[in-house]
Amino acid sequence: MATITLKGLAHSYDNQHYAIEQMDHVWQQGGAYALLGPSGCGKSTLLNIISGLLQPSEGEVLFDQTCVNQMSPQQRNIAQVFQFPVVYDGMTVRQNLAFPLKNIGTSKNQIETKVAEIAALLELEDCLDKKAKNLSADQKQKISMGRGLVREDVSAILFDEPLTVIDPHLKWKLRRKLKEIHEKLNVTMLYVTHDQLEAATFADEIALMYQGKIVQFGTPQALFERPNHTFVGYFIGSPGMNFVDVTWQNERLCRHDVQFNVTSMQQTELKNCQSSNIKLGIRPEFIQLNSRPSSESILGNIEHIENLGGYQLLTVTFADVQWFVRVDESSQCQLGKTYLTLPATWLKLYIDEYLCGEPVDAKNPQQ
Amino acid sequence: MSLVLQDIQHRVDGETFLSDINLRFEEGAFNVLLGRTLAGKTSLMRVIAGLDKPSSGSIHLNGKDITALPVQKRNVSMVYQQFINYPHLSVFDNIASPLVVSGMKANEINQRVKSTAELLQITPFLDKLPLALSGGQQQRCAMARAMVKDADIILFDEPLVNLDYKLREELRDELKRLFKQRECIALYATTEAHEALALGGTTSLLHQGQVLQSGPALEQYYQPVSLHAADLFHEPPLNQFHAQVQDSSLSLNNTPHFDDSAHLNRLANGSYIFAIRPDHLSLESLDANSMTVLTRVDLAEISASETYIHVTLVDSQWAGNTWIAHVKGIHPYHIGTMLNLHFSLNNLYVFTDQGQAVASPNMKPLVAMEAS
Repeated sequence: MATITLKGLAHSYDNQHYAIEQMDHVWQQGGAYALLGPSGCGKSTLLNIISGLLQPSEGEVLFDQTCVNQMSPQQRNIAQVFQFPVVYDGMTVRQNLAFPLKNIGTSKNQIETKVAEIAALLELEDCLDKKAKNLSADQKQKISMGRGLVREDVSAILFDEPLTVIDPHLKWKLRRKLKEIHEKLNVTMLYVTHDQLEAATFADEIALMYQGKIVQFGTPQALFERPNHTFVGYFIGSPGMNFVDVTWQNERLCRHDVQFNVTSMQQTELKNCQSSNIKLGIRPEFIQLNSRPSSESILGNIEHIENLGGYQLLTVTFADVQWFVRVDESSQCQLGKTYLTLPATWLKLYIDEYLCGEPVDAKNPQQ
Repeated sequence: MSLVLQDIQHRVDGETFLSDINLRFEEGAFNVLLGRTLAGKTSLMRVIAGLDKPSSGSIHLNGKDITALPVQKRNVSMVYQQFINYPHLSVFDNIASPLVVSGMKANEINQRVKSTAELLQITPFLDKLPLALSGGQQQRCAMARAMVKDADIILFDEPLVNLDYKLREELRDELKRLFKQRECIALYATTEAHEALALGGTTSLLHQGQVLQSGPALEQYYQPVSLHAADLFHEPPLNQFHAQVQDSSLSLNNTPHFDDSAHLNRLANGSYIFAIRPDHLSLESLDANSMTVLTRVDLAEISASETYIHVTLVDSQWAGNTWIAHVKGIHPYHIGTMLNLHFSLNNLYVFTDQGQAVASPNMKPLVAMEAS
């Protein structure tokens, strides 16, 4: 078990472009972390650097205080679960699960206990003596996970999109299993995925990667409520955050015929702002619809209503641009005129794509 | 245009892949095949494409029997889960390949490839090789190749599975828009209910090679014909419990229920499976026409602004049942916390012990609306 520290880490495959831009980052011992991002953001590169499959071109990887740059994956003592099941088809499930323990010379008794424990956790008890090749894809993936989880002495367990091949209804079960196991084992787990739901439900904290950088590291709630960067707002949430270009002129923040209210902190930022790249962002969940006008409300037009089972997605036009609004399935909505409010708490200011004018939160300091 | 499947059966080496398939597909929207892995989605698409001949039954395109027509003569295109492109050909030549085979003139090919690339937003990559592109761009290239000719039938077999979910969201919206005006039959296979709901159109639920239900996706979401059908449409699944109904009431903790729930009042005496959607479980107590169950928290999964609470029921005839509550807000309950969950009887689904639907909650009529 170990705390994993990335110190001045950077990586380039071609000495021209950085796949990983220089970063410092700490994964605490015992934490459940997700590394989330679109394909091509560098998350697999980062995972391979941590596991030792890839040598970083700059900087260090530390396990606790020890630099492990020169160590092989075996020496780093890391367990890995991959996207596709890695099992020995010719072996029984029991033999598959016992294999990593046998390799390190565990006693027969201990192997038996440990295999039984993991089999029970993953509900593989009924097929322990079946050959792996006769099992379904998701059963095989469970074995693959079991092999990753069976050793107690590992520094960390790395998961690379482990649920890709699993049907949606089983994903629930397996994710829950992983969480249970994490609570029991107190081992550092790092879970790579492009799926926000998987990341948010598995991890205590998410590192969101974009173009080789960790653009935000925080709780799922923080990523949702206070995206540091417009990319985080776009990537987290379904649909993502609404972003619109606005202009700051004569101490007023406007777009088309609408003037937006700003907080005093946002105003301070705007007064010192040199850039013309100013955006406002608000999540579709936080825009409120009102049947009557108030002093705060904006007149808009509902152009499209889509029921997606469980919620409705409205397309509303105001300030000469379309906004998504997400409301309960039971809300009575009609096409046409509506009044909207954009609560100050949820209306975020972005200058040059980064969040500005927010009170500093001690638990989630701005990066 | 219409595509009609009549009494399709497909067996290989004694194993049944498809049985009793009777479906009708129309142009102008996506026809979605929703089912789990191995439910028969790919088998059905292969039969429609002409790659496999059904053991019995017939296929009609615009009223013409095409069952015996081989794949080359059917004018179909197919997009697979894996991005399949010719690695040695440029994106342009990949997209052009079906047109070249058909003997079209060079300037017309040029025009068509460019306009299709425009639609799928891959114009800047036309000169590159597929492997130099990202996954999403590669799949767009494969889609462009399927869409460049005027196919009568285009089959999408889980085309977005290998893409990251934001790209999925974007491509799905694009596809939906593109196929509204297109004169062809488009079929889309998926394992995910939310894709069926987002694509709209007609959805057919497949389970073990059979069609469970077919119709507008929302209708199936609100009125599943069976527990299997409901399961396909709900992630996480519906929460279930068995109960006896006696004289139009269901007894729990000596309290009779049902009085004000119109859709439950007509239930005959007997044993039923009741089910409730995860997002219809509440942490706050509700009005009189509701029930409360005591549960123990197994796990609280937090996702953005919502929490999925996995619980085990305790202290009732359903002790041991595991449920999931999907509630708004962040609720970081510790494992083992005792929790009361409430639900309105108006939201109960009812199934027979064999899983056939008996009653569904009375929802307001829910139709997708659009400004004309």
